[in-house]
Amino acid sequence: MTELNLALNPNTTGRYGEYGGQYIPETLMNELDNMAKAYEHFKNDPTFKTELHDLLVDYANRPSLLYYAKRMTEDLGGAQIYLKREDLNHTGAHKINNVIGQALLAKHMGKTRLIAETGAGQHGVATATIAAYFGMECEVFMGKEDTDRQKLNVYRMELLGAKVHPVTSGSMVLKDAINAALQDWTTRVDDTFYLMGSATGPHPYPLMVRDFQSIISQESKAQLQDQTGQLPDMVVACVGGGSNAIGSFANYIDDPSVQLVGAEAAGKGVDTNLTAATVERGSDGIFHGMKSMFLQNETGQINPVYSISAGLDYPGVGPEHAHLAATGRAQYVGVTDDEAVAAFEYIAKTEGIVAAIESCHAVAYVQKIAPTMRKDQIIVCTLSGRGDKDVASIAKYKGVAIDE
Amino acid sequence: MNSQLKPVFTNQKAFIPFVTANDPNFDTTVQNIVALAEGGADIVELGVPFSDPVADGPVIQAADLRALKDDPDLPMDRVFDMVVEARKQTAVPIAFLTYVNIVFQYGYDAFCQRCAELDIRGLVIPDLPFEERDELAPIAERYNVDIIPLITPTSGDRIAKIAGAATGFIYVVSSLGVTGERSQFNNDLTGLIAQIRAVTDVPAAIGFGIHTPEQAAEMANIADGAIVGSACVNIVAEYGTQAPAKLRDYTRQMKAAVSGVAKNPAV
Repeated sequence: MTELNLALNPNTTGRYGEYGGQYIPETLMNELDNMAKAYEHFKNDPTFKTELHDLLVDYANRPSLLYYAKRMTEDLGGAQIYLKREDLNHTGAHKINNVIGQALLAKHMGKTRLIAETGAGQHGVATATIAAYFGMECEVFMGKEDTDRQKLNVYRMELLGAKVHPVTSGSMVLKDAINAALQDWTTRVDDTFYLMGSATGPHPYPLMVRDFQSIISQESKAQLQDQTGQLPDMVVACVGGGSNAIGSFANYIDDPSVQLVGAEAAGKGVDTNLTAATVERGSDGIFHGMKSMFLQNETGQINPVYSISAGLDYPGVGPEHAHLAATGRAQYVGVTDDEAVAAFEYIAKTEGIVAAIESCHAVAYVQKIAPTMRKDQIIVCTLSGRGDKDVASIAKYKGVAIDE
Repeated sequence: MNSQLKPVFTNQKAFIPFVTANDPNFDTTVQNIVALAEGGADIVELGVPFSDPVADGPVIQAADLRALKDDPDLPMDRVFDMVVEARKQTAVPIAFLTYVNIVFQYGYDAFCQRCAELDIRGLVIPDLPFEERDELAPIAERYNVDIIPLITPTSGDRIAKIAGAATGFIYVVSSLGVTGERSQFNNDLTGLIAQIRAVTDVPAAIGFGIHTPEQAAEMANIADGAIVGSACVNIVAEYGTQAPAKLRDYTRQMKAAVSGVAKNPAV
């Protein structure tokens, strides 16, 4: 595996067009500034880069496969479909790429305690994992709704030595967990590093998370070149906050022939209020440290959002996605619960892969678009995680009773 | 910039209480503003409720939740209307505490213009740090509305630039963390105030955690005033529509405590 290029886009201002910035309480500003400076330093530091590379290879099991989905391709009868298998990483999702990078930075900054927010629990598990590996203290904030829905992941984090705080404020989901983590951080900046899970929040998070996740497209580009000698015609990934998507897009942004598509969670439908389709339904705003797009009311109150997928259940999107959407470089499409569940079953039966319900939003879009494309065209679809965690809830969605 | 808030601190220590708008309803908010003014508040800080108040502790979070519970789409114009009603009974200086998205959605220019019309002379925006203030500050300045900056125990080498750009007054955060009552403050508030005074003659008021008259007196001794949020909000939480009279009494007590301290002649 070649070393991850962390200087892909030398953005140090934290602005993506008009989006991004650092809209965060003063208590945290010096710490964010320290973090940004530390990151700028270490991303070019040979020791840091070697450590990062070795962890990605020896611990996270990189590079992940770029798998030619032959049966799906034949069945859909259009473009050739390649799946970028982030589900095969250690901890079962792309989240590990980012937590290794940020935890390594935290370690180099002399921090001893990691805090994180989590929705479904994937980022919390990844953070607890790397904290265990580095022997760091770890506390994870998780909405009470989510701790109830994802008991197994709560236990998994505890097993890894983390303390899980159920958050009972607000609507008790991911955005409230972020609020709680930020609040905890303001009380204890000295020894604590807030390890943010998505390409969201104030600078330097969107930049760091994009850089650490860009390993996905760095690999897929080289792998596809090896396998076909071509660039893909389209890259598809699911978007909540947008970390796996921005990592999947990063190395193709400057290749105008590659169409970039983010699959958002439309929930019960983009036109309903039970949705999390931020780009299609949201508007410009400022929240959680960034100027970006949010689902909000006219006054600027942040709306409750809904998706079957706890990992896409977020009322905003990372600022670079807002910029890619505004400039038309990437397209964002809504995929409903029903379509994602159908894709969950489809990819299981066709390819023998149980993919995360988040990733199945991307798969559902591929099912729609591939038949409309030529057979010499290529789609790379990121499977951001594996779907074992979703089996029980999908069974419930389908009305199948399973004894837990 | 011709600040309307800075003169409030001339020859006196200021007491600045806070309540959340629409907690528990429109009419009580109007009466709360009037009662705080009658009790001797030098500036009334009125919180515009936000769905996700990340800089606030549980007490003010709960107030925002109460304010939006039956009224999740509470328009900003309803909050302005509360001030319109209060203005019929009091000319007390008013500052808003709000999160930047509320101002952004209303439109920076329209928001500041409406503030000026209602003699709302300051905006405290906890998620608009120094680095981002330029998108709002020049507009606010045109309308003579002060953007009140926050300085915290972690501000360090940022103090000079923040204080240097300040108008109105400076909100000094007493300790780390979010708003809420405390028994302990950062042990070098005096040093923090000295660093500010080395840069500017803009007054500095201390907030976060103050609830007793003794604490208010102590803070007024160190700085130019004391800001009290959660303690006032607790009174509203406990007494609901009966809060105005209680707030008036509490403000009298706190203002007396703050005034018991002679104005620091060294300023």
